[in-house]
Amino acid sequence: MNHAPGSPLLSVRDLQVHFPVGRRHWGGPQAVVRAVDGVSFDLQRGRTLAIVGESGSGKTTTALSVMRLAQPTGGSIRFAGQDMGALRGQALRSLRRRLQLIFQDPYSSLNPRQRAGEIVRAPLDLMDVGPAAGRDARVAELFAQVGLRPEQRLLFPHQFSGGQRQRLNIARALASGPDLIVCDEPVSALDIAIRAQILNLLRRIQREQGQSFLFISHDMAVVQHICDDIAVMYLGRIVESAPRQSFFGRPLHPYSVALMSAVPTVQGGRERARQRIRLAGDPPSPIDPPPGCGFAGRCPAAQARCREQAPALREAAPGHFVACHFVEYRDGAAWSPLAANPAPASATSPPRSAA
Amino acid sequence: MSAAEPVLEVDRLNVAFQSRRGSASVLNDVSFRLMPGETLCLVGESGCGKSMTALAIMRLVPDSGRIAGGQIRLRGTDLVRCAEPELRRIRGNQVSMIFQEPMTALNPVYTVGDQIGESLRLHRRLDKAQARAGAIDMLRSVGIPAPERRVDEYPHQLSGGMRQRVMIAIALACDPAVLIADEPTTALDVTVQAQIFDLLREQQARRGTAVLLITHDMGAVAEMADRVVVMYGGRVAEEGPVQDILARPAHPYTRGLIACLPGLDPAADEARPDLPEIPGVVPSVWQRGQGCPFHDRCAQAMPRCQQAFPPMFAAGPAHRVACWLHEGGTA
Repeated sequence: MNHAPGSPLLSVRDLQVHFPVGRRHWGGPQAVVRAVDGVSFDLQRGRTLAIVGESGSGKTTTALSVMRLAQPTGGSIRFAGQDMGALRGQALRSLRRRLQLIFQDPYSSLNPRQRAGEIVRAPLDLMDVGPAAGRDARVAELFAQVGLRPEQRLLFPHQFSGGQRQRLNIARALASGPDLIVCDEPVSALDIAIRAQILNLLRRIQREQGQSFLFISHDMAVVQHICDDIAVMYLGRIVESAPRQSFFGRPLHPYSVALMSAVPTVQGGRERARQRIRLAGDPPSPIDPPPGCGFAGRCPAAQARCREQAPALREAAPGHFVACHFVEYRDGAAWSPLAANPAPASATSPPRSAA
Repeated sequence: MSAAEPVLEVDRLNVAFQSRRGSASVLNDVSFRLMPGETLCLVGESGCGKSMTALAIMRLVPDSGRIAGGQIRLRGTDLVRCAEPELRRIRGNQVSMIFQEPMTALNPVYTVGDQIGESLRLHRRLDKAQARAGAIDMLRSVGIPAPERRVDEYPHQLSGGMRQRVMIAIALACDPAVLIADEPTTALDVTVQAQIFDLLREQQARRGTAVLLITHDMGAVAEMADRVVVMYGGRVAEEGPVQDILARPAHPYTRGLIACLPGLDPAADEARPDLPEIPGVVPSVWQRGQGCPFHDRCAQAMPRCQQAFPPMFAAGPAHRVACWLHEGGTA
């Protein structure tokens, strides 16, 4: 997505967020968690960019630094043409009106002592959005938009179900009329039947009002349903980014291929489990990441070069970027090293994974 | 014991909770059988009673609740009538359980070796050195590298996936007949989940353990289950072989549950219609009336659905469903 036509709403370049950890020994170097280590992407108006990855991949830190809730240690974030890093005080506050966040946990993200109506009205009062006299009507309108009844404004959060609480979260995020909504795993705490309701609601709101979504998730099926573009993160870096159809039609990075194959599906059942690409072990620590490709230690296609030299993101197909040395070109198309020898190679691998 | 006899039989289990508002029934006439070596999945949304069923089997129903009726027969012994000393001989030995969150289920102040060895010392009367050797064997068997070193480590030194392997090692140390796994991979990443599912399958094949897997993930059901019990509102809504349940779900709730999942389709369609929804929410225990607990969310509800809970009707040779739409099929 580095091929932005027109001006993107959000443009992130070489973002770094490093956290110091532990105590620094006398004279020794400070240990640093490289939570986000050189991430670049663009998000166009009215589109949804999904950032996927496993825990510790840096996807949430990326989202938080876009909100300026985590302090970047390097790189730039431009929102609607403005460099967010240079903004302070009132300028930053007025920009925040255009950026909102929906949290993962609908229970802890609502104040239990505030009534639902007050929760949704708070951003209007705090950011002084619209005339004070019209705010009650605006709250009622927001309730209707997210499928809550107007009389529910008087209830407290504990009187709502999980799905309804997430609707409240969405109403609050919509209150200031933002251009960009960062959705941090908005459905992972919800029951499956409720998930579909919330995903449909988010898509309807985007269709009607044209916000951009930065959608953080670990669930590939949810992401496939909601995104327009996708970026896969591993160990603080984007290893693959592509438009939706290009990615799901043919994921190229070995990690993306493995991630897709790890998802159990109703249609796939046991056959899919048998043919799964098995990854050994866990991701390495972001405190002292290995040289070379971060995925080399778990990659079934890794070779000596992967451990020495970190692959750069390169455009393998139009708009489809991948950071892997061994993505090949055959018959005018790019092929993942794991897709090169279809089924047999992975199907005959032993059913047991080494840890 | 012949192979045709169930190792665990839950028969019209009722669990009720007492509070200031009165008594609430959280499980109503839950019945199912678990055969030796098979994997039975209990499926449903939160609040449907699946975890409570597991706790009742372990006789770990929280203090405010009680088993109000029914039987839980483990190889013929009714666990509902067992006294506490006998239960202690059964738990961790013949029936054991792994929990959702390995970090909170493991004791942070004991080494993993101590925690695996505990059940060996208690149930097998092994001494300290034997228990440690047994713990190392178990760690190796669940695929933990360098078990001689790991046995002396504490839970915080392990990754989430390794902690769940340790939980599995603890649960399987005494070769139980029944392993209850309550959402064992919900807290784990999907690539690690795949490893844990592989491990459960492999251990089950090696030991012949019957597994009761509690999950809300239909994909996991498709991958792990031999048979499925779908629960809703504290009752069994549908029961049958996994192929029947997934390909020909008979209960409107099961159908909705499968339809509302976003698929993972390689030929992603740009049109992307909205997902089918199940409207409304799960009723609370206080709102459950006499009828089918799903009636107010069901598109095919009839007047009688509100009045009486349907008995189990046959929907196939081994497929049973509690829904008036299937009246005529006899169980």
